[in-house]
Amino acid sequence: MARTSENTSMEMRRKRRFFLIDLFIRLFKEKPLGFLGLVIIMLLVLTAIFADLTWLGFPPPEDGGPGLASYGWNQIMLEQRLSPPSSQFLLGTDNLGRDMLSRIVYGARISITVALGAQAISAVVKLLVGVPSGYFGGKYDIILQRFVDAWICFPPLALYLTVMAVLGAGMWQVIVVLGVSGGISQVRVIRSAVIRIREEVYFEAARAVGVPGHRILVRHVLPNIISVVIISVATGMGMVILAEATLSFLGLGIPPPYPSWGGMLSGSGRQFMTAAPWMMIWPGVALSLVVFAFNMLADALRDLLDPRLRGGLGRYGMSHEKLRRLAEKKSAEMQR
Amino acid sequence: MRAYLIRRILLIIPTLFLVTIIVFMLVRFIPGDVLDIMISEWMEEGSTDIQDIEDLRKALGLDAPIFTQYGRWLGVWQQETGEFSGMLQGNLGHSLWDNEPVVDIFKSRLPVSIELGILSMLISWSIALPIGIFMATRQDSVMDYSGRIFAIVMLSIPGFWLMTMVIVYPSIWWGTMPNIVYVPITENLGENLKQFLLPAFLTGAATSALTIRLTRTMMLEVLRQDFIRTAWAKGLSERTVLIRHAVKNAFIPVITVIGAQIPAILAGQIVTEQIFALPGIGRAFLEALNQRDYPIISAINTMVATAILVMNVIVDITYAWMDPRIRYK
Repeated sequence: MARTSENTSMEMRRKRRFFLIDLFIRLFKEKPLGFLGLVIIMLLVLTAIFADLTWLGFPPPEDGGPGLASYGWNQIMLEQRLSPPSSQFLLGTDNLGRDMLSRIVYGARISITVALGAQAISAVVKLLVGVPSGYFGGKYDIILQRFVDAWICFPPLALYLTVMAVLGAGMWQVIVVLGVSGGISQVRVIRSAVIRIREEVYFEAARAVGVPGHRILVRHVLPNIISVVIISVATGMGMVILAEATLSFLGLGIPPPYPSWGGMLSGSGRQFMTAAPWMMIWPGVALSLVVFAFNMLADALRDLLDPRLRGGLGRYGMSHEKLRRLAEKKSAEMQR
Repeated sequence: MRAYLIRRILLIIPTLFLVTIIVFMLVRFIPGDVLDIMISEWMEEGSTDIQDIEDLRKALGLDAPIFTQYGRWLGVWQQETGEFSGMLQGNLGHSLWDNEPVVDIFKSRLPVSIELGILSMLISWSIALPIGIFMATRQDSVMDYSGRIFAIVMLSIPGFWLMTMVIVYPSIWWGTMPNIVYVPITENLGENLKQFLLPAFLTGAATSALTIRLTRTMMLEVLRQDFIRTAWAKGLSERTVLIRHAVKNAFIPVITVIGAQIPAILAGQIVTEQIFALPGIGRAFLEALNQRDYPIISAINTMVATAILVMNVIVDITYAWMDPRIRYK
């Protein structure tokens, strides 16, 4: 008896350790579109890292240094201004003669930094506010929820614009605003997940045998809301990138000359869009592609992690063919 | 239920109070206040008789301590004239620039936003609901996949980018000129609709993406329930199972989300109105933000926040009323 329980607990521990790897394999096997999204995102991250190799001690690319961008992000070549796509400038140049492709490659850095930074802040905020709110409940919860209510009843864009006007344009401001604001608007999701856990039998059992509060939080509550957090972070990534682009487009995000994709679409991009359509088209394509990839990944992760969407039989569930194959596989595994 | 109702409605009050504080204080922290901008604008115009800045501050009522200003704006503190006249008394204030009452700005701007909002919502629903239901009934089919990809693409394309391209490139290729001058609905219905259709369609298609996905998910959830199997087993037709049993149950959450979208859409599409040059409330907001016209920013924010807050409560109550399984303490 003691042996079996030891075995199962070891098995469970192994499962928990390989949670992310397991998720990755399932993504590859079950959700090809989501996996495609992940591949695009990985490419984006690599692009951002290897835009130039100055961080490895190499000189920046305008001096002929190695890296994905052949020119600097603000390398002005006035004699080449507004030149159409050619072998020298694959996506053309802008009104100041800066290479569009290099600027877009550097823009990946901004997008990825904003997305990761804002989502990290957002995850911390929603956990710090949401978990105690759902776990303790009572007066604390009621008061906190009024602040959350007040915050989320502003339309996001109007709120971002006002706060950005207060803080001034800049990348760190964008990250903080989108992160904190996104975190607060997600507090309810975490809170309701925690409340659901409080009603589970294992929670009650842990309380009944006298497990201390902090241990319940760490061992029982957190592992069970991790999928909710992953889903909300993945969904938030694309939204944050779009929000940053919109803010930069309206002139309150990341200021020129920094190559934010949204910023490239405002100002000079709009001004020269008839004479040089490539200035308008490519940053938008890059933006759409990346947000698309994040949304695909988020969708696939939600399908894999959300227990409400698992399984299902009959007319509208899985096809019988698929079910039969699954059942055969399971029984083969059992026999082994 | 009644206790829940009363509690929900009473809880609006503290939330609204917090909203007014955030709204009022936040805009006043924006660096470069309204006086700086006024003076720099007058200097640009070459105006010579620049008033004394302190007189101007006093005339605009910005010399009082910030809490006094807040109290006056809210209507719980005496104005300089000695009367109470603020939000609570229905006085939304005046523009700091031309002294135009904020009510008049609402009167001229709100119809534009409401028209745009209603049109885009109608378009959004008529795209989203049928497609969402259909996709759920054919899960993992080609139709389902293409619908999902369409929804994700619509979610991923930046609206401002698509709109700018749609407004500019056709006019170059085919020489059509987009109508920049706003035509009110009372003047020329045809022209007005022609002007609104494109922005409404683009916003509608963008918002439909979320509704499609939600409808599909909710339908899938319901279609896996036991009572649907029972309905099939009873030998009901597909139509009856879908419409009478599935849609009726799946739509409760869908309606709540759609309901929650209404005030946000009515509140004005800042980006859409900006790009299509429609003089709606969203554009008024952006203009006021650039000019630091505090009363207008505060009034618009308060109005929108109140609408969303009230709508959320209505949605929650409808939810409880429509779904007998939900019982509130």
